[in-house]
Amino acid sequence: MDLSYFFELFLGGMTRGSIYALIALGYTMVYGIIKLINFAHGEIYMIGAFTALIISSVLGFTGMNSILILVISGVLAIFFSSAYGVTMEKIAYKPLREAPRLSALISAIGMSMFLQNYVLLAQTPDFLPFPTLIPDFKFLKPIEKILNSTQLVILVTTAVVMILLTILIKFTRTGKAMRATSQDAKMAQLLGININRVITITFIIGSATAAIGGVLISSHTGQLNYYIGFIAGIKAFVAAVLGGIGSIPGAVLGSFVLGWTESFGTGYISSDYEDVFAFIFLLVILIFRPSGILGRSQNDKV
Amino acid sequence: MKKIITLIMVLLVGAGFAFANGSSESGPIKIGVAGPQSGDLASYGIPTAKAAQIVVDEVNAAGGVLGRQIELVVEDDVCKPEVATNTASKLVGEGVVGVIGHICSGATKAAMGTYNESKIPAISPSATNPALTQSGDYPNFFRTIASDDAQARTEVDFVLDTLGLTKIAVLHDKGDYGKGLAEFAKKFLEADSRAEVVLFEGITPGAVDYSAVINKIKSSGAQAVIFGGYHPEASKIVGQMKKRKMDVVFVSDDGVKDDTFIKVAGEYAEGVYASGPKDTAGNPLAKKYEKAHQDKFGEAPGPFYQNAVSATLALINAIKVAESTDYDAVTNALRTSLVDTPLGKIKFDDRGDAIGVGFAMYQVQNGVYVELK
Amino acid sequence: MSNLVKYFSLKEIKKSLVITLWFMVLTFPIMVIKVNTIENTVIWRWGYLAIIAIGSFILSTLWRYMMERKSLQAGKESKISLQQKLREMGEKNPRLKRGALAAVVVLVVAYPFATSMYQTGIMTTALMYVVLGLGLNIVVGLGGLLHLGYAAFYAVGAYTYALLHVHFGIGFWVSLPIGAGLATILGILLAIPVLRLRGDYLAIVTLGFGEIVRIILENWNDFSYGPSGIANIPRPTLFGIHFKLQQATIFIYFIMVALVVFTIFIVRRLENSRMGRTWIAMREDEIASQSMGIDITKTKVTTFAIGAFWAGMIGVVFAAKTTFINPASFTLWESIIILCIVVIGGMGSIFGVVVGAGILILLPEYLRAFSQYRMLLFGAILVLMMVFRPGGIVTNVRKVYRIDKEKTGEAE
Repeated sequence: MDLSYFFELFLGGMTRGSIYALIALGYTMVYGIIKLINFAHGEIYMIGAFTALIISSVLGFTGMNSILILVISGVLAIFFSSAYGVTMEKIAYKPLREAPRLSALISAIGMSMFLQNYVLLAQTPDFLPFPTLIPDFKFLKPIEKILNSTQLVILVTTAVVMILLTILIKFTRTGKAMRATSQDAKMAQLLGININRVITITFIIGSATAAIGGVLISSHTGQLNYYIGFIAGIKAFVAAVLGGIGSIPGAVLGSFVLGWTESFGTGYISSDYEDVFAFIFLLVILIFRPSGILGRSQNDKV
Repeated sequence: MKKIITLIMVLLVGAGFAFANGSSESGPIKIGVAGPQSGDLASYGIPTAKAAQIVVDEVNAAGGVLGRQIELVVEDDVCKPEVATNTASKLVGEGVVGVIGHICSGATKAAMGTYNESKIPAISPSATNPALTQSGDYPNFFRTIASDDAQARTEVDFVLDTLGLTKIAVLHDKGDYGKGLAEFAKKFLEADSRAEVVLFEGITPGAVDYSAVINKIKSSGAQAVIFGGYHPEASKIVGQMKKRKMDVVFVSDDGVKDDTFIKVAGEYAEGVYASGPKDTAGNPLAKKYEKAHQDKFGEAPGPFYQNAVSATLALINAIKVAESTDYDAVTNALRTSLVDTPLGKIKFDDRGDAIGVGFAMYQVQNGVYVELK
Repeated sequence: MSNLVKYFSLKEIKKSLVITLWFMVLTFPIMVIKVNTIENTVIWRWGYLAIIAIGSFILSTLWRYMMERKSLQAGKESKISLQQKLREMGEKNPRLKRGALAAVVVLVVAYPFATSMYQTGIMTTALMYVVLGLGLNIVVGLGGLLHLGYAAFYAVGAYTYALLHVHFGIGFWVSLPIGAGLATILGILLAIPVLRLRGDYLAIVTLGFGEIVRIILENWNDFSYGPSGIANIPRPTLFGIHFKLQQATIFIYFIMVALVVFTIFIVRRLENSRMGRTWIAMREDEIASQSMGIDITKTKVTTFAIGAFWAGMIGVVFAAKTTFINPASFTLWESIIILCIVVIGGMGSIFGVVVGAGILILLPEYLRAFSQYRMLLFGAILVLMMVFRPGGIVTNVRKVYRIDKEKTGEAE
C-alpha cells in the first residue's frame, strides 16, 4: 500500500501509544517502588476523568471561558485522583506490605471492583458525553485530516510528562530516594529514607499522570463511563510490561510499540485480531527479553 | 465411597420424581421478570422490570385477571448464560406461569430449556437472535421485537434501494448482537449483484482510538459503513470519521437508535441512519405508557420499554383469553388472540415472532431521530 | 475489649474527625454532584455528604481498633488454626469425628432434596468452582506461578463438549475425559514458551493467552460459531437415561459432588507425591531446587498441564449444566474470580480452596438482596479480607493435608 496510508497508521499508532503511556507511567512507577501490580490504577484514571466531567459541567453553567474550565477541571481532577490514590494506598496496600504479594494483588482487584461500582452507583452506568475542552488550533487546519488538536495535545503532554518525570527521578532528592527504595526498600529505610513518604509521593505522581490521561483521553473519545478504566488499565499494564516494568522510559517505549503493533496489525491484516497481535508480539518480545525491552534483567541469587 | 455415592445418587434421583412442582390454583398469579438488574448491562434490563410493574399495577387496580391479583417476581441474570440458568430455575421454583425476558440473547438461550421443560412461556422484549424463533428449538419462546436478520434486511435494502450506494464496508463490535447483524448484512449484500462488500471487520469495543480502522475504511473506498453494535462505539467511529472530513454514509442498528448516541456524538451524529422499531410515537397506548412511566419514576423510559409493556400486555391478555394459566391454553392464546399494545395490534406467529412488529429507517436530523417514510 | 474505651478519648475523636473531613472532601465531587451531560442537569445531593460523614467517622474508629487488634495478635500469632483445632478435636475423640463426617455426608446427600432446584443449581456452581480453585491452586498455590488466563482452559473444556456434540453427537461422559485431555495439551503448549518468564511477566503472558483464546472463539465463526455461541447442549445422561429438568439438576449436583471428592483425592495424592514436592520446592526457590537436581522445565510443564486438566473437565460440566455457551463466559474476570478463590481461601490449602469457593460464589448469590450494591460490597469484602487475613482464611499449608488424608482415607 501507499506511503500516506502507512504514515496515517503510524500517526494513529502514536496517538494510541501516548494514551497508553499516560496510564502506563503510573503503573510502572508504583510497581517500581512497591512491586505491586496496581490493578486499581485504571480506576484512578477513570475517577480523574469523571471528576473533570463533573467539575466542567458545573462550571459550564456559569458561562466561564472554556480554557479556564479546562484548567480548573484539570487541576481538580489531578487533585482528586491523587487523593484517591493516596487513600487507596493507605487502606488497601499499606497494611499488606509484609504480606504475600498475591494478597496485595487481590486487594488491588477488590479495590478496582469497589471503585468501579462506587462510581456506577453514585453516578450512572451509562455512557456520558465528555465535553470538548480542548480548542481547535488554527495552525492545524491544513493537516486536520490526519492530526487534530486533541491528538497533538496528547502527544505533547505525554512527552512533557515523561521529561518531567525523568528529571524528577534522575536529579532530585525525592527521585534519589525513590530509586533507592525501588532497589532495596529495607536498606533505604535503614539509611534514613522515609519509605512511607516515598510511597505516598509515588502514588500522588502516578495518580496525577493517570488523571491527566483521563481528561485528555476522554476529550479524545468524547465519552466515558465507569468501566473505561479497566480496559485501558489492562492495555497500559501490557505496555508497561512490554517496556520492562519499573522503567519509566520503558513504559513509554512499550506503549508506543504496543500502539504501533495494534495500528499496523489492524491496518495491514485485520482488526478482528487486534488484541491477539498485541499479546503475541508481547510474548515474542518476552521470549527473547524476559524482562521487557528496557527492563533490568533479574539476577538470581541462591 | 464412589460406588456408594453412585448408588445413593441413582436412588435419590428416582426419588426426585416425587418433587414435581404443582402451581397453586389460588392466591396471586405469579409472573417472572428476568434480565440484568445490576452490572454494566442493567440499563437494558431495568426498564423492562419497570414496564412490567406499571402494567401489572394497572391490571391489579382493575381487579386483576381471572379474579386473581398478579404478582411480579423480578430476578437478576446479569446477562450471563451461566447465571440465567439459575435465575430460570429460581423462577420455576417460585411457580411463575410466564416470564417477561430474558433481555440478552445468550442468557435467553440458556434459560429457555428450563422454561420449556417446566412448560412456561417466555416473552422477550429485546432478544433478537434469529435462532430463537427460527431454529424451532424454543417452542415456548415469543418476542415483541423483530429479529436481527429482519433488521439487517431493512438496512441493506435501504442502502441499496433508497441511497443507491454500491461499495459498502460492514463493521461490527464482535459481540453477539453486533456480529450477528453484520453477518446477515454481509450475506444479503453479497447475494445482491449491485453491491460490493469492500471491508468486513470487527472492532474492539472499549478501545481508546479507532484511527487504524478508519484509515482502512478510507482506503477501501467505501461509500457507506453498515455498523452492527451499540452506540458508544458508533459515536467514536462517527466522530473520528467526521473529524477526518470523510464523506461516508453511516448506517447502523437499533443499538445506535438511542438518543444517547445523538448526545454523545453531538454534531457528528447529524445525518447518521439507524434502523429501529417502527415509530410508536403516534400510538395512543405508547403515549399513555410513556406518561405513566414519567409520572411514576419522574424520567423518560429506557431502552425496550414499549416492547416490554407490549410483552406484559400480551401475556396478561393471553391468560385472560385462555381463562387459565395452563401452558397450552396460554401459548395458543398468544398465537391466536390479537392484543392492543404500544406496538400496535399484535399476535405471535407459529415461531414466536410478533406479527406486525417491524423495522423502519431513521435519520438524525437537527439532533433528533426522524423516521424516513 | 476494654481498650475500646480509649477510642473515645479526645485525641482519638480528633483523629477520627480529621479522617472524616478527608473523606468528605474526597467523595465530594462523585457523591454529592450528580451530573447528566445528556440531559444537561446537575443534582446536588447534600444528604449523601452527611451519610459519608457519619459513616467514615464510625468506620475510621472501627478501622483503627481492628488494626491495633491485628498488630497485637501478630506478636502472639496463635499457630493453631481453625482446622488444626478441628483435627485435634477429631484425634481426641474419634467417635465425634466419625459422627461429624457422617453428618457431612448426610447433609451433602440430602441437600438437593431438602432445598429447591435453584439452591441445588447454585450449590453445583459452587462445587464447580471448588474444582476450578483446586486446579488453579496447583499452578498458583503449589507451583507459585501467577496465572491469569485460567479461564481459557475452562473454555476449552466447554467448547470441546459443545463442538463434539454438534459435529459428532458425542455425549457428556465421552467428552469429559476428552475435554480434560485437550485442556492438558493446551496447558503444555502454553507452558513451553513461558518457561523463562517469572512473576509478573508470567502473569501478563498468561493473561494474554486467556484473551487470545477468547478472541479466537469470538472471531473464528466456522469453528466456534462466534459470539452467538452454541445452544441446546444436552445435559448428562446416565446409561442412556435422559432425565427431566429437576432430576437432571440433581444429577449434575451429584456428578459435581463425585468430581469434588475425586479431585480432592487426586490432588492430595499429588501433593504428597514426588511431583508435588518438586512443585513446592520450585515455589520456594527455583534456583535452589534446580541445584538440588530438580528439572525445572519438567516441573513447570507438569504444573501447567495438571492445573489445566481440572479446568477442562469442569468446562465440560459447565457446558452441560448451562446448555448454552458463548465466549463471553470466559473473560478475564472469570480467571480473576478463580484466582481470588485460591488466594482468599489460603494458597496451597485444599480446605482453604473449598472455603474460598464457598465464600466467593455463594456470597454474591446471597448478597442478591442488596442487588445493585452487591459488587460494591464484594470488592470491599475482598479488600478487608486481605487486609485482616493476608494469608487467606485457612493458613498453614503443611498441616492442612493431614486432616484431609484421614478424611478421604476413611471415606473410601
